[in-house]
Amino acid sequence: MEKILNKLYTNYKKDAGNIISLLQDIQNEFGYIPEDAIYWFSGRLDIPASRFFGIATFYAQFHLAPRGKNIITTCCGTACHVKGSERLINGLMKELDLPEGETTTGDREFTVEKVNCVGACSIAPVVIINDKVHGKSSTDNLMKAIRKLKEKEN
Amino acid sequence: MKHDLIIKICMGTGGIASGGLDVMHAFRNQLGKKSIKADIKKHCSMHKVGCRGLCAKDVLVDIILNNVKTTYQFIKPYMVERIIEEHFINGNPVLEWVVSEDYHQFHDNQIKVVLSDCGIIDPEEIEAYINAGGYDALRQVMLTMSPGETIETIKKSGLRGRGGAGFPTGLKWEFCSKETSAQKYIICNADEGDPGAFMDRSVIEGNPHAVIEGMIIGAYSIGADNGYVYIRAEYPLAVERLRKALQQARKHKFLGKKILGKEFNFDIKVKLGAGAFVCGEETALIASIEGYRGMPKAKPPFPVYKGLWSKPTVINNVETLANIPYILRNGAEWYASFGTEKSKGTKVFALTGKIRNSGLIEVPMGIPLREIIYDIGGGIENDMAFKAVQTGGPSGGCIPAKLLDIKVDYESLASVGSIVGSGGMVVLDENDCMVNITKFFLQFTQSESCGKCTPCRIGTKRLLEILERISSGNGRDGDIKLLEDLSHDIKATSLCGLGQTAPNPILSTIKYFRDEYEAHIKEKKCPAGVCKDLLSYIILDQFCKGCGACKRVCPAGAISGERKAVHKIDTQTCVKCGACIESCKFKAIRKG
Repeated sequence: MEKILNKLYTNYKKDAGNIISLLQDIQNEFGYIPEDAIYWFSGRLDIPASRFFGIATFYAQFHLAPRGKNIITTCCGTACHVKGSERLINGLMKELDLPEGETTTGDREFTVEKVNCVGACSIAPVVIINDKVHGKSSTDNLMKAIRKLKEKEN
Repeated sequence: MKHDLIIKICMGTGGIASGGLDVMHAFRNQLGKKSIKADIKKHCSMHKVGCRGLCAKDVLVDIILNNVKTTYQFIKPYMVERIIEEHFINGNPVLEWVVSEDYHQFHDNQIKVVLSDCGIIDPEEIEAYINAGGYDALRQVMLTMSPGETIETIKKSGLRGRGGAGFPTGLKWEFCSKETSAQKYIICNADEGDPGAFMDRSVIEGNPHAVIEGMIIGAYSIGADNGYVYIRAEYPLAVERLRKALQQARKHKFLGKKILGKEFNFDIKVKLGAGAFVCGEETALIASIEGYRGMPKAKPPFPVYKGLWSKPTVINNVETLANIPYILRNGAEWYASFGTEKSKGTKVFALTGKIRNSGLIEVPMGIPLREIIYDIGGGIENDMAFKAVQTGGPSGGCIPAKLLDIKVDYESLASVGSIVGSGGMVVLDENDCMVNITKFFLQFTQSESCGKCTPCRIGTKRLLEILERISSGNGRDGDIKLLEDLSHDIKATSLCGLGQTAPNPILSTIKYFRDEYEAHIKEKKCPAGVCKDLLSYIILDQFCKGCGACKRVCPAGAISGERKAVHKIDTQTCVKCGACIESCKFKAIRKG
């Protein structure tokens, strides 16, 4: 970890970056923002850790907890909403056995995230599975895709 | 080099999601086969193009054979072989896959300025843009016009900010150009946060160079030497194409030092947003670029006087900037000939929801809403009844059927309690509940409120609580009045546009759909059958065949019944998920 942080530190100094770009870089490396990384940079840059946390919790993009191997992003934009995204999400939570308020499964295989709008409203409802956009989703084909991913793991 | 056979495949986010890449590979594989004659291979070129609007029919493929264009819809990889066989080799298009009448109807009723090259040129090739007249405007401006003359042209064109507020672009540039400062900035606001809007994404994906050219012209006019594009990280393809386009522009010396040999240096950096709706607000966006929490500041001072790092800064929306090259190429009078007295030019809208031809459209300002819905949009999906169209996203309002003949421009929409906004238009039909939609928007604004000012932070929360109790059947007498009063207070006292407009969906739905609110509060009923807590599912004895399909899918085990006998739903255990309705082939389950 130290080595990666040092690399990020050098980039930060070189590009005259700011805390947001630094947090984006940390998340690109680790998939989330480890608390230790924040304290490391806080000490190194002499910026209070509270400023890092303030920014990390302000923006929806940052995650302070580790995420699953498969990331499923459900779009909750207006068009997706009127085309039934809520039912998709409910079905998804049930299939993955995720209780209300949780986003990552216990085995860290899946993370379900909601996003405001991915801007693909013409093909609503939209679900993004591991960066691949699936338009005109239905509970059926979504479940099929999830089960396929599960099988792959076993 | 002239090609007799050109293949253009729609490759925006929508096209790729529908399998555009697979179709492209299929063409490449099939054409690579030995059996294809060499002269076809030699004369064939294939291009990816950006969004042409009608994403609902993707993958769309244009075949231009000896200057005759044929457009195919819903193309899948397995269809490619037959198209090559019958169309390329024998010269007979596969008629059953060719686009239908509504494709032409969708396009024929539009006037395209910003989108004129989208879906036609390859967005990843600067040459394609240059061949279509791209960067001519920049040359014309820098070699023959002073910054003042350029600003004057933009002012004359009547172009107003397309991000939502509608401030005259030329005036904004003029204010900034008059500031004396060694350092000025121009920022392109591509933080398209409105749910239900994707104009900016499509423009950047389909024609990124137009935005870049517009920015360079803007920078020249106001005297900026640094620019930023603040773009949502949720748009990976747009970010990739933008970065590619910036590199190409640098290579062609449209960006960098001594642009076109003049004493003018300018370059553009890309800044990724981190997922905060409030960052679409100018001062919050600036805070975010500076690396802070994206919280708005009080205006004045306006960014044109004191913006990024306290320097004079112009912030323009993507669509606004993409208009600039076309205005300068064709003249201010040409642009001003479209639209109305106060709202000139064209506007791009994202037409979505329960509409037959869902997609991206560009129309002259002042077009009647009815024409958009019925002539371009082709009417309501599944022949349902039109109920309302929601414009302007979470800051906008709902326009009911009785106002369908209203003109779509800044002033007219404002007069009925909605806004043009960034251009989202979500069509709602009889199955949509207005209280539910309003609750949806308030959930959005409440969670996106930055928390800096009290009216917005606490007010939106209270509004949402009232809406939640109404939709769950616990509405009280006087709730409508309370919503209205609170809405007016929040509008009057919030710091930035987010809070000032957040109550708009409430006020407009109460104005036009008060009876729906009353039904929820007094009769504890949801007329559209959406609000779960006010619904119950029942099986109609006369239609039930006892097949057991509903029983199998019910996640709560609430359905009982012997095979071939009428089934029953236990309303106590039912979780109202609606799975049974979907599974029933005999339409024997009803909610009400």
